[in-house]
Amino acid sequence: MSAPVVTVSGADKVYANGTPALAPVDLVVESGEFVTLLGPSGCGKTTLLNLVAGLVTPTHGSLTWWGGGYGATGGPGRRLGFVFQSPTLMPWARVLDNVRLPLDLAGTDKASASAEAAAALRLVGLADFGRHLPRELSGGMQMRASIARALVTRPDLLLMDEPFGALDEFTRQRLDAELAALWLLRKLTVVFVTHSIYEAVFLSTRIVVMSPRPGRIVADVAIDEPFPRRDDFRVSTTFARHCQHLSALIANPDVPAVAA
Amino acid sequence: MNERDAPSRLLRFAAPALVAVLLLGAWQGLVVAYAVPPYIVPSPRRILETLIADRALLAGSLFVTLQIALTALALATVVGTATALLFVQSRWIEMSFFPYAVLLQVTPIVAIAPLIIIWVKDTRVALILCATVVAIFPIISNTTLGLRSADHGLVNLFRMCRASRWQVLARLRVPGALPYFFGGLRIASGLALIGAVVAEFVAGTGGQGAGLAYQILMAGIQLNIPRLFAALVLITAAGVVFYGTTVLLSRLALRHWHESQIDDER
Repeated sequence: MSAPVVTVSGADKVYANGTPALAPVDLVVESGEFVTLLGPSGCGKTTLLNLVAGLVTPTHGSLTWWGGGYGATGGPGRRLGFVFQSPTLMPWARVLDNVRLPLDLAGTDKASASAEAAAALRLVGLADFGRHLPRELSGGMQMRASIARALVTRPDLLLMDEPFGALDEFTRQRLDAELAALWLLRKLTVVFVTHSIYEAVFLSTRIVVMSPRPGRIVADVAIDEPFPRRDDFRVSTTFARHCQHLSALIANPDVPAVAA
Repeated sequence: MNERDAPSRLLRFAAPALVAVLLLGAWQGLVVAYAVPPYIVPSPRRILETLIADRALLAGSLFVTLQIALTALALATVVGTATALLFVQSRWIEMSFFPYAVLLQVTPIVAIAPLIIIWVKDTRVALILCATVVAIFPIISNTTLGLRSADHGLVNLFRMCRASRWQVLARLRVPGALPYFFGGLRIASGLALIGAVVAEFVAGTGGQGAGLAYQILMAGIQLNIPRLFAALVLITAAGVVFYGTTVLLSRLALRHWHESQIDDER
């Protein structure tokens, strides 16, 4: 069997001012998984995601990507995509130019970069908006553009930091459904951060529950429900049971969990 | 904004124009009514007549002053932007040199102008240097701030894409710094003119290369107050044109994306 996509071995993070953001954590993400880091504010889930993204280096412990160091990422079959909490589009650049940015930075030739960016925009339903400026798009559409930018390099590992947290409930549910479809279509490996239990249960194959002070992993829960999951999954009893179980874990992180 | 609240384009020009007409009218009326002698306060009409009568002399001086101010502004823009680009290369460079930029800013130009004029042989060059010193600080500080204000998420994205230093600068920091740069340029344009005038006051150069400040100085000594006012009008007009030009440049460069340049028409 091939090496896991990401292995986190006893990695922790203490910030320069002495604040412990994350207690030592072990986590393995296998290819094709949709892993969600779930927990309240301050539980270190964004720090853990930034460690996985290579944006933050651990104070102790280590990480490997596809069995190698961070230098091994970025090559064929080992590309990372990242979606931030806010769309973080360049306001002066048209949507198409924003989406093709990762390819431009990698020195891909103009014609194929444009074709790939147009394809990524079609994938997120923004085919007709490539010539628009970010400010001309709604919040949900800006987030789609941001996802298109993350997908344009055809990443093997997609990292998402509460991407839909700032959107209204309707838009959020629709984008969740579209993301789940994309994950199936592209056979992506995803690490997703959220504080919404419903979103986590709807999307994930596995949920890593985290708890604050200090940030740590308190449970690792598999959601063994079949895909594709449709809107009726949201109102099923299994869905409710998973949510209830996770709520209990978050409310009492120190009480040993009872299986769902 | 709805139609009723939005002042029409015409009104935006008409309102201040009306104020100008009223003020000038009152000025003219008072000067005539109280028979104020022109060597105390000349009437607007008298100033206009002087502008026309002395046009050859004043136009020559205006040209000299504009030349100094524009050269200084260009120099301040180039050197100031280069300095800002250098500052953002490392915190150490900025920490070491920024205090000296501040020093340059807080030292009154009238205090260092005599030194510059002694050190630099060519008076014209000395005047340009003085005006540059006055105008450069807003460009340095605004552009540095702008280059540092790049969105943190975007900086991380560039890092994850393994962008080179140059790519981060050219594709992210420079475009993002433009609104700040233009803010600095707007202030610097006025300061370059002030610097040119103040430096000439200190230098007191006359003859062929005399600027508007010299004309004001001489008119004051000769009690030729209408000419003094005429020169003042020209300096003010030049300042307004400078300001308007930078506003226009800023609008042309930023109108398609930056909040400050987007009309509330939606």
